[in-house]
Amino acid sequence: MIVGDRKPIEEIKEMLTPYKKILLVGCGTCISVCMTGGEKEVGILASELRIISDLEKKGWEITEDTIQRQCEREYIEPLKEKFDQADVVMSMACGVGVQYMAEVFPHKIVLPAVNTTFYGTNVAEGEWQERCAGCGDCVLDKTLGICPVARCSKGLFNGPCGGTDKGKCEVNKDLDCAWYLIYNRLKEHGKLDMLDEVMSIRSWKSSLHGGPRKRVREEAQK
Amino acid sequence: MRSESNLEKVLEKGEFAVTGELGPPKGNDLELVKKKIGLLKGNVDAVNITDNQTAVVRMSSIATSKILIDEGLEPVMQMVVRDRNRIAIQSDIFGATALGIKNMLCLSGDHQTFGNQPDAKNVFDIDSIQLIDGVRRLRDEKKFFGTDEDIEGEVKLFIGAAFNPFAEPYEYRPYRLKKKVQAGANFVQSQCIYDMKMFKEFMKVACDLGLDEKCHIMAGVTPLKNAGMTKYMAKNVPGIIIPDEIVKRMSDVPKEKAAEEGIKICVEQIQELREIKGVHGIHLMAIEWEEKVHEILTQAKLLPRPVV
Repeated sequence: MIVGDRKPIEEIKEMLTPYKKILLVGCGTCISVCMTGGEKEVGILASELRIISDLEKKGWEITEDTIQRQCEREYIEPLKEKFDQADVVMSMACGVGVQYMAEVFPHKIVLPAVNTTFYGTNVAEGEWQERCAGCGDCVLDKTLGICPVARCSKGLFNGPCGGTDKGKCEVNKDLDCAWYLIYNRLKEHGKLDMLDEVMSIRSWKSSLHGGPRKRVREEAQK
Repeated sequence: MRSESNLEKVLEKGEFAVTGELGPPKGNDLELVKKKIGLLKGNVDAVNITDNQTAVVRMSSIATSKILIDEGLEPVMQMVVRDRNRIAIQSDIFGATALGIKNMLCLSGDHQTFGNQPDAKNVFDIDSIQLIDGVRRLRDEKKFFGTDEDIEGEVKLFIGAAFNPFAEPYEYRPYRLKKKVQAGANFVQSQCIYDMKMFKEFMKVACDLGLDEKCHIMAGVTPLKNAGMTKYMAKNVPGIIIPDEIVKRMSDVPKEKAAEEGIKICVEQIQELREIKGVHGIHLMAIEWEEKVHEILTQAKLLPRPVV
C-alpha cells in the first residue's frame, strides 16, 4: 500500500488560513489502511481545525467526506456539489489523490494534508515499512524477494557494504541491512552462488529518471 | 603495466608497499594540504586522497591529488559513487587522468546522513563493484560504461578497491572481495585491522580463493591515539572490531604514555601483518596524525621506501 504521514497541524493551519469554506476529503484505500487519511482521521483533523477556528477566530466552515479512492474518477465525480460549495479542498489522500481530484475539478484548489512517504506494508501493529521503490525493473528474483533498491540505504546491487553492524544498517541501528537479509535468505535456500554474479550497471530509464512514466494498454482501450 | 604508477611498480616488483592517507581540508586552505604533504613525502609509495570522507564536504579529491603530483608525491584518488552519476564519474576520470592521476580507489562512500550536509540527495546510480568494472572497461576496452562507444584517449589507471573483513556476514567477506577482484580491482586496501586472528582467518580463505595471486592485498592500519578514541571506535564505529586486549592496553597506560603505546601497537601489528601470506603491503591511515607516519614506519623498518 501507499503509506503517508499527516502533515503537522501548524503547516495545515497556514495552508488553510486564506479560506473559509473548507472541504476535507479522506480516501478509503491505502491511506485509510495506514491510518493516516481515512474517515476516522478526517474526523480527527476536522475536530482539530474546528477547535483552532474557535480559538483563533479563523471562521472556518469544515465539511467532511471520505470516498473509496481518490485515484479514480468515478469516485471523485459525485463530489461535484461539495466541491462547488467549498472555497478550497484539502485532501487526506496520497499525492496521487491530491493531483487527480484537482484534475477532475480544475476550477478548485486542492491542498495536501498528508506527506506521501513510501510503498510499504504493515509489518506489525502500528508499524509500516518500505518494501518497493517502483523502479520499473524488478530484481526480486535475484535477491529472493528482498529489494536492494528500496531497502539498502545506498541502493547497492552487489552485496553488503562495509558498514553492516550486527545485521543492521550503518545509517540507522533500527534498520535491517537489506544485504544481510538477502545473504541469509540465499543461504537458507541453498542459493549463495547467485551472489557470485556481478550485477552489471542497470538502466534507470524505467524509473522516474527516464521522465514521468505512463502506460497505454490498447487491449484496455475501447 | 596498466598505469606506470609508482604504487603499481612497487607492488609488481614484489616490494612490501606502503600507502598513506590524506584528508583534504574542509575548505580551500592550500597550506593545510602542503603541511600534510610535507609529513608524508618520502615515507610512503602513494597517498590516498579521500573523497568527502564521512560525507563531510572537503576540497575535491581530484584537485588535491593534482596538488600532490605538483609537490612530487603520488596520489591514489578515491572516488565515491554517492555524489556522482555515471556521467560525472567518467567525466571526472577523464579529467583526473589528463592531470596525471594514475591510481584510483573505487568506493561506495559513507552515507550522506553522517556528514555535514545530511539533507543532501544521494546518487548511487551505480555501486562500487559496478564502478570497478566500468573503470576496467574504460581502461582495457576503451569503451564508455555500459555502451560500445569508444572513448578518445587512454585511461591508464591502477584500479583499487576497499574491503572490510570485520563487517557481517563475516563468512561472505572473502567472496565479496573476490567479486571486486573479478570486476577488475588490481589492488585492495582493508578497513583498519585490530583483530589479527580474524584477519588471518579472512586471509586464509582469500588465499584459498587465489585472490592474492590476482590482486595486491594491502592491510589497513590506524594508530590509536588514546584510550578515549580506542573505546569510542570499539563501541561506535560500524565495521571496526577492536579486541578487549587492545582496549585494555590503551587504557592501562598513563595518559601521557598512551600515544606511545598506540604507536607501539601499530608497529607490532605491521610486523605481524608482514608475515601473513598474501599481504603485499600496508595502508597506513594516521588520520590527523600524519606527523607520526615517519616514526611508525621507521620503527616498522619500512623506510626508506624503494625507488623503482
